[in-house]
Amino acid sequence: MNMNILTKSLLASALVAGVFSLQAGDITGTITLKGTPPKERDIAPLKDDPTCGKMHSTTPTTRFYVVGGKGELADVVVSLDGVSGKSTGASAAPAVMDQKTCLYIPQIMAVQTGQKITIKNSDPVLHNVHSQPTVAGNGEENKAQMPNGPDLSFSFTKAEDFVKFKCDVHPWMFAWVSVFDHPYFAVSGADGTFKIANVPPGKYTLKAAHRKAGVVTKEIEVKDGAVSVELALDAK
Amino acid sequence: MEDKLIPGGQPARGLHGFALLTAAATLMLIGVGGLVTSHGVGMSVPDWPNTYGYNMFFFPLSKWVGGIFYEHSHRLVASGVGLLTTILALWLHGRSARPWLRWPAVILFATGLATFIKMPARSQDATVLLTVGAAGFLISFMWPGGDGAPRWLRRLGVVAFFAVVAQGVLGGLRVTAIKDELGIFHATLAQLFFCLICAIALFTSRWWQATATAPPIEAARHPVLIRWFFGITLLILVQLTLGATMRHQHAGLAIPDFPLAYGKIWPDTDPEAVARYNQQRLEVTALNPITATQITLQMTHRLLALLILVATAAGARATVSRLGAKSFLGTLSLSWLGLILLQVALGVATIWSNKAADIATAHVLCGALALALGTVACIVSIQKFAFARNAASSLRPSPGSRSLPGSKASVENLY
Repeated sequence: MNMNILTKSLLASALVAGVFSLQAGDITGTITLKGTPPKERDIAPLKDDPTCGKMHSTTPTTRFYVVGGKGELADVVVSLDGVSGKSTGASAAPAVMDQKTCLYIPQIMAVQTGQKITIKNSDPVLHNVHSQPTVAGNGEENKAQMPNGPDLSFSFTKAEDFVKFKCDVHPWMFAWVSVFDHPYFAVSGADGTFKIANVPPGKYTLKAAHRKAGVVTKEIEVKDGAVSVELALDAK
Repeated sequence: MEDKLIPGGQPARGLHGFALLTAAATLMLIGVGGLVTSHGVGMSVPDWPNTYGYNMFFFPLSKWVGGIFYEHSHRLVASGVGLLTTILALWLHGRSARPWLRWPAVILFATGLATFIKMPARSQDATVLLTVGAAGFLISFMWPGGDGAPRWLRRLGVVAFFAVVAQGVLGGLRVTAIKDELGIFHATLAQLFFCLICAIALFTSRWWQATATAPPIEAARHPVLIRWFFGITLLILVQLTLGATMRHQHAGLAIPDFPLAYGKIWPDTDPEAVARYNQQRLEVTALNPITATQITLQMTHRLLALLILVATAAGARATVSRLGAKSFLGTLSLSWLGLILLQVALGVATIWSNKAADIATAHVLCGALALALGTVACIVSIQKFAFARNAASSLRPSPGSRSLPGSKASVENLY
């Protein structure tokens, strides 16, 4: 009798463990930059602009290499390469980009196909929001947005790396949005870390793409619920 | 001849002066258009023909911010050039233009009235229609009563009218259809339109009328000069089209250094090299990525510039040695060479200043002037050559008869 209980308990434990081992895992990690990045450039036209210039006490600079003290690299789009057809964008919460002090915040973003991108205008000045995708099926749009006007909405049907958004009224304003047809991506934060949640078990190619530092890939396997990855990109 | 060129008995100077004014306004328009592309703000007004929902003539000054200032100014100056061109085309027609002015004006006025009554929300559009309609109707009663210019010149006026309309629509479509390619056609047509207006200004000048009846020697005995002028003008047109293509790809400087190109005589254009160029440049404004095609275009532009400079220098030498530096075509060819030298300097300055908007725009303007000057040189040399040939053929013995000794000398003596 006791033996039966013990056997059943062991079997149940094994079953639960088996189920857990098949559960989705998180891919976490840190991106670092090797080498010294080029000096960012002053955005002189912004400071010279009579309206936008007043919003800044000093001349803002470009934000290509956002690097921490230990080389932590922000604004890197990390994704599973080769995965497709798993978009849940239609039901995902909108991704929000704001126009604040005549700059796009954030400057780098990632969304799924079909996911709504909400563009806000928190500035007391009008902007136009001009998306410039290059993949067929993703239409180019150019919309006006009055000061503190209603939000604008964009979405894309095809996966595409770094779709450019820009404001032609203020030509120094530009941002990029990467579009995936799956939910397995993340953008590294100011501390260089990222997290891709709920990845099904399996072997993948992890891709980290930066606007200027380029692309680095790494083969990984998700099998025990969590994977930690360290990636490094070279300054160009 | 002179009467036909003086519609309504107005002094030719009036018409010629007006044509010059239209040409100057067109050059200004090209300059403002150059500022639009140099600042990269061509799409800063997303709608057309309206501006942010306003009728363009009612767009509040307070909203002329950032790139809108350039783009909206471009639209307003373009409207002015459209108006000037319309008046010029009508003026060339003399009294026969009256109904063409009066009845469309009535239609515009009626449309404005209907818009005002039926669509009060579009009162700005209605006001513009009513104003233009009323002005056109009244002016039609005071319109000059002369015969108008010769038919061929009147037709040139009509071509100019349709060209300016097409140019406006092309500019509008470039905005609404969001097509960079249309911008290339828009820029090239602008250059051709400027040449056309300059040609009309030339044809309405007293100098043209005077020399048409009493041609000087000029290029008549030197058809090789026509080939020089034609060839160089064609090269400049190709060069300006290349320039327009580069500008309207909105990629900034495809090659940032000069006289070398990415440190080499001929830059690498393989995918790895192009990716490296893009990664290494930190753009302050939203530029498109550089492509291998753009690098090749830029190199072609440089080589063509060198070819044009050499050809213009050789053409000026050929002209001066045959006609003298003080002849009309001699002076013109030397001025042309000076303009090309200035253009080359501006091209270099454009690169060294990292495409500063004012320098890049001066480069566009200088290119437009160089093309217009070439067009004038072509027209003048061809006209004189044609006159000389006609004169020679009128002195030539009829078929079957024996050629008269010394007939060639007789033809030359005619000049």
